[in-house]
Amino acid sequence: MAEFRLPPMSRPEKGKEWAAESGSNTRTLTVYRWSPPEDGATAARPRLDKFTVDLSKIGTMVLDALIHIKNTMDPSLTFRRSCREGVCGSCAMNINGTNKLACTQALSELKGEIRVLPLPHMRVVKDLVPDLQNAYKQYNEVRPWLRSEKPAGERERLQSPEEREKLDGLWECILCFSCSTSCPSYWWNDDKYLGPATLLQTARWVEDSRDDDTEARLAALDDDFKLYRCHTIMNCTRTCPKGLNPAKAIAGLKSRLAEQNRRS
Amino acid sequence: MSYEIIDHESDVVIVGAGGAGLRATLELSVAGLRVACVSKLFPTRSHTVAAQGGISAALANMGADDWRWHMYDTVKGSDWLGDQDAIAYMTHEAPRAVIELEHYGVPFSRTEEGKIYQRPFGGMTTEFGKGTAQRTCAAADRTGHAILHALYQQCLAHGTEFFVEYFATDLLCDESGAVVGVLAWNLDDGTLHRFRGRRVILATGGYGRIYFSCTSAHSCTGDGAGMAQRLGVPLQDMEFVQFHPTGIYGVGCLITEGARGEGGYLTNSEGKRFMPDYAPNAKDLASRDVVSRSITLEVRAGRGTGKNKDCADLHMEHLDASVIHERLPGIEETARIFAGVDITKEPIPIIPTCHYNMGGIPTNIHGEVLDDEQGALREGLMSVGEAACVSVHGANRLGSNSLLDLVVFGRAAGKRCAAVLGKPASAPNPSKASEEFALSRFDETRHASGGVSTSELRLQMQKSMQDHAAVFRTGEVLEEGVKQVTQLAQDGLKDVSVADKSLIWNSDLMETFELQNLMGQALATITSAHWRTESRGAHSREDYPDRDDENWLAHTLVWLDGKWESRFAKRPVALEPNSSAVEGLLSEPAEQIPLKARTY
Repeated sequence: MAEFRLPPMSRPEKGKEWAAESGSNTRTLTVYRWSPPEDGATAARPRLDKFTVDLSKIGTMVLDALIHIKNTMDPSLTFRRSCREGVCGSCAMNINGTNKLACTQALSELKGEIRVLPLPHMRVVKDLVPDLQNAYKQYNEVRPWLRSEKPAGERERLQSPEEREKLDGLWECILCFSCSTSCPSYWWNDDKYLGPATLLQTARWVEDSRDDDTEARLAALDDDFKLYRCHTIMNCTRTCPKGLNPAKAIAGLKSRLAEQNRRS
Repeated sequence: MSYEIIDHESDVVIVGAGGAGLRATLELSVAGLRVACVSKLFPTRSHTVAAQGGISAALANMGADDWRWHMYDTVKGSDWLGDQDAIAYMTHEAPRAVIELEHYGVPFSRTEEGKIYQRPFGGMTTEFGKGTAQRTCAAADRTGHAILHALYQQCLAHGTEFFVEYFATDLLCDESGAVVGVLAWNLDDGTLHRFRGRRVILATGGYGRIYFSCTSAHSCTGDGAGMAQRLGVPLQDMEFVQFHPTGIYGVGCLITEGARGEGGYLTNSEGKRFMPDYAPNAKDLASRDVVSRSITLEVRAGRGTGKNKDCADLHMEHLDASVIHERLPGIEETARIFAGVDITKEPIPIIPTCHYNMGGIPTNIHGEVLDDEQGALREGLMSVGEAACVSVHGANRLGSNSLLDLVVFGRAAGKRCAAVLGKPASAPNPSKASEEFALSRFDETRHASGGVSTSELRLQMQKSMQDHAAVFRTGEVLEEGVKQVTQLAQDGLKDVSVADKSLIWNSDLMETFELQNLMGQALATITSAHWRTESRGAHSREDYPDRDDENWLAHTLVWLDGKWESRFAKRPVALEPNSSAVEGLLSEPAEQIPLKARTY
């Protein structure tokens, strides 16, 4: 029988309720906390801490609330962040049930108590920091670089505006992995299924008129898992904080691979 | 204090994986040297990713162009503080560098003929100032993203070894003082690592976070220059900080000059358009430094807007909504997301915002670090990108020259290493004293238990820098700022407290290390600004409003001692473009750009 619940030690318990900030306009955030055991200590269960912040003291985003909590209440609260404008992909996390970038998710667009968890189904390193090693490794596995045997010459390769347009919606991916970690197929088979983020990057090179390795790129996806574990659930497209459409890119790969196999 | 240290040996250790670090890493990987690229961020999260407009190169895809025109613009933009040999080299290399990026797979936007698309940009002209050049090669408005991802992909193609989310805390030296490695802390498992190499390249980016308001990422904390300062290496031209007039208040996200180009204007707390008072002809479309200075004056006079009366309002609500939807959709989105403002209905609160650091670790055109005013080299140490000051930007950088700087000098540094180091060979050992210094600093910081939190001290520093060393400077105000920041450095850092004592992903500790690095650069910036008694480029002194070539046509070198006291020296600006440094590197000789008043 498949185990549908988290193992007991992974189930979050009620955590600390931090002294609430006063003010006429406050919001409460429930934040996932877990620290790995150090110096031979035994692992504790994750907990959900409650922080109530005065909105007049902070910016408009979930990231602003997290930074405020870290700066003024609990300096040990841990999360990744860098650009704070939605371009670096560091602060992807699960906010009220959807994977978002904390830096572009406005607090005002969220209803009720705000629940902030790490990206789902990933090993947690600490608090809101997931281990992305597997996702990075899979990205590397599809050899995501321009592959062409033709000499490039002294000048740029020519590419028409129409050919270039085919890359729009593919190349803008910021590798935040919100999509992959929202995908039930990826949750079950992240060791064999590449996941939407990496497949989107495969499509980015398959569609590039300058790349000459399309056949090999497609053939490398041809097993039961790497590509075909996508069951068109569409969570990837629903969640993408950049408004991209990985599901469509995956459908394109499936159809091109089917066509390639039919021809051969 | 007992830490197990894991050893790594390579030919070159590169700290930082943004545009410059990756380009250097790639060059070395191709050359067959053993490289360790150590970065606190996954490479594609480096701040290069946020560059928008493009990368300059005289490709002449969209009209006549010449690298010597590009050189002229860059020298003039630098207010003659840029080294003309370095600028000649960079602009001469630019077309090759951009073609190379295209070959790496960068998805540049295209012209109808299929060539790389180029757009006009500020200060970029044809025929030595006569016409408008279209020189800035663009991948939509996400050129930095496109280049950074392509460089990372090329490194993957060459099997480069990355150490991601390793925070480098200090440089390691041998007995003679030569740099032979870094101590780094792996956030993922909390272990300490000694990276030994025959050379170390610092590509750690700028230090925009010394200011309260900056367009820079949280990670822009100048960690490489901080490490260099602790070794006694001078920093150069630190007083030159580029401010953009219209960053969104509080968050600092940039609102393009195009907003004012389409008819937007600024007002103060009295609702008055104030730019005509300062620039009767150009008004709101005066140059960036003029507008930034004007906003600052309004705020100082008590006419700032907002709760704290410390910003100005940028209006576009009088514009036709269709103009906004058609021409400013990006601004509309940015303002909605980050200021909560519907620009068709209300103004955006804006503030002059720290944008780019022209200063940094002084280097020659090969990225080798200069240790004094005579140009002696610091053995083993190199630096590239915004961390470095080579100097091509001088007193003011032109837009789209920064991405160019990264790839041209990243490559040059890689080539130099390959030429000097030859075949892989074993790396020297750091001295005991050097290791002990790094380790005890790590341990002391980890156990710091004073009375002020890292975030509180950082905020005080940022506010102090914003109040005393922003766009508009005077001796008196700078002096007060020097006093405050010196005190924060001397007493504040001693009294800092790190609440989290763990080793795995302890971001409280990492932010404290970052603050230590920021503090040295804040001090170098504000003391240098106080020292330089003239106005040049981005450095505007109210009490010394003119450029003073007689006394100040020179780079500032600033050293910090162990007590955070500054010492200064001047280093001559290279006015001869065909110097021995670029011998054999230019296909045709460059002409010197003679000094003259800078007007646009």
